[in-house]
Amino acid sequence: MRTEQGVLARLTQASKSYGKVRALDGVDLQLRGGELLALLGPNGAGKTTAIGLLLGLLRADAGAVELFGQDPQAIDARRHIGVMLQDAALPPTLRVGELIRLVASYYPAPRSVAESAELAGVSDLLKRPYGKLSGGQQRRVQFALALCGRPKLLFLDEPTVGMDIDARRRLWEAIRHLVAEGNGVVLTTHYLEEAEALADRVCVMARGKVISEGSVDALRARIAMKRVRCTTRFTPEEVAQWPGVAEATRDGDRLCIATETAEAIVRRLLAADPDLAALEVRAAGLAEAFTELTRDDNVASLQEAA
Amino acid sequence: MNTDRVDLSILSERPSSLAMPRGRVIGAYLQEMRSEIVRYVRNPGFVLPTMLFPTVFYLMFGVFMASKNSADASRYLLAAYGTFGVMAPGLFGFGVSLAMERETGLLTLKRALPMPPFAYLLGKMVMAMLISAGVLTLLVILATTLGHVSLTAAQVATLYATNVPGVLPFCALGLFIGTLVKGQAAPALINLVYLPMAFLSGLWFPVTALPKAVQMFAPLLPSYHLNALALDAVGIFKVAALPHVLFLATFTALVSWIAARRLRRIG
Repeated sequence: MRTEQGVLARLTQASKSYGKVRALDGVDLQLRGGELLALLGPNGAGKTTAIGLLLGLLRADAGAVELFGQDPQAIDARRHIGVMLQDAALPPTLRVGELIRLVASYYPAPRSVAESAELAGVSDLLKRPYGKLSGGQQRRVQFALALCGRPKLLFLDEPTVGMDIDARRRLWEAIRHLVAEGNGVVLTTHYLEEAEALADRVCVMARGKVISEGSVDALRARIAMKRVRCTTRFTPEEVAQWPGVAEATRDGDRLCIATETAEAIVRRLLAADPDLAALEVRAAGLAEAFTELTRDDNVASLQEAA
Repeated sequence: MNTDRVDLSILSERPSSLAMPRGRVIGAYLQEMRSEIVRYVRNPGFVLPTMLFPTVFYLMFGVFMASKNSADASRYLLAAYGTFGVMAPGLFGFGVSLAMERETGLLTLKRALPMPPFAYLLGKMVMAMLISAGVLTLLVILATTLGHVSLTAAQVATLYATNVPGVLPFCALGLFIGTLVKGQAAPALINLVYLPMAFLSGLWFPVTALPKAVQMFAPLLPSYHLNALALDAVGIFKVAALPHVLFLATFTALVSWIAARRLRRIG
């Protein structure tokens, strides 16, 4: 398949229902090499179903699913992917090295056990039984299993749940390394910070549809909301009455204002309070953008617009 | 067009060098088998009860109580408890582990990974056959020493040839039960199948000692047919092997097929 550059897998108008619930409703999605796609959305948005179709775990009711130009249920197609699922309890009595050796045996040209362990930061755990590891260590082992087959496309479902900050940073490093090598990565995560740090492209899903797709910056830009923070004599209750203020709260000794008209608010604040200090104006983060996008009324209006 | 782009487009092709060599496919089957065996050997909670349950039963009823009554009772019960012992690793080994692995997500992960399609089942089958060989070995040792049952080498060989592959119909049945329930519900359901089935196929009392209405059910059960072959092997009576073997083979194929269909649909 060379129809489009670097497309490793795609959903085309894919739909899937469970009984009367439409879990996925005409979704188009493309996964490319050298790119990390973050798949975001509230629970029940259809992320798991989309991943399930691409992994060949589910069959689409309508539309097409392609993995390396093939049906994902073809084992040849899956020999190019690595998988880390959110809840998969591996046999507790097997040692880490044995698990890596087992999963590597499924692939035509896997990495060595040592290399896989090194990349995932579990070299010191190879002799330990899986069941004796902490949650964060188990996630790292699962990451080693995902990358041991030298996959060109990795599916990482909530990869850093249960990891401490240090381990999370190290895993991010490894993921960046894999993307830089030209591999594709699909990441589903609840940590928006993680998507913000890693994603080249963010796809937001809600109610079985893709409601927004683009770079992190493009997604942020869709949200006009700004955050204004400062120390001032005004109370949140007073400021909340001003026109253009969506929300005003207190954060320690600071006042936090969410507004779409930051310039006007700042002008009024400075004019009214000569003692105002520590002024800060920020574009909304991915978290705010995401919350804004997936609010129910927004989903409805976006779907109408689409 | 810069060079990076060219690189990436190559990624979506499937270079022929990445085809899975046959040697590596076989290697994957062997690794899967090894892992399945190792994980259970390190988990005596499953292996020991499965092996000791029929052994202790045989020791009580087949050796201590039976040898007072008649010499042939120990011989008869060697076959019967052999069959009883072979049912457990198939039913529990497949049923409980499948039900657990469906619940814990391990099966989902394996289905997503490029594991060769039958490696998962083959690994469990080999494990079940090894355990049934182990049970049989314990029983034969008890029978020939404490039970004073004299067996020829040919009889012992026939018994192994019967009981080791004889675990397969029960693997199929376990597989089917494992697709019906998830997690902790499996052991209870399997016991509901295991114990009545053993009783109805005459493993504890000869079928002829059971009520007439109950006797009709016996030929429908795989354990009845396996037991007939085992009784033949130890020299209690002669049977025509072929119908029993055919029944067991058909049962295994049919039940596995139904189970595999269910498994593909429900995952």
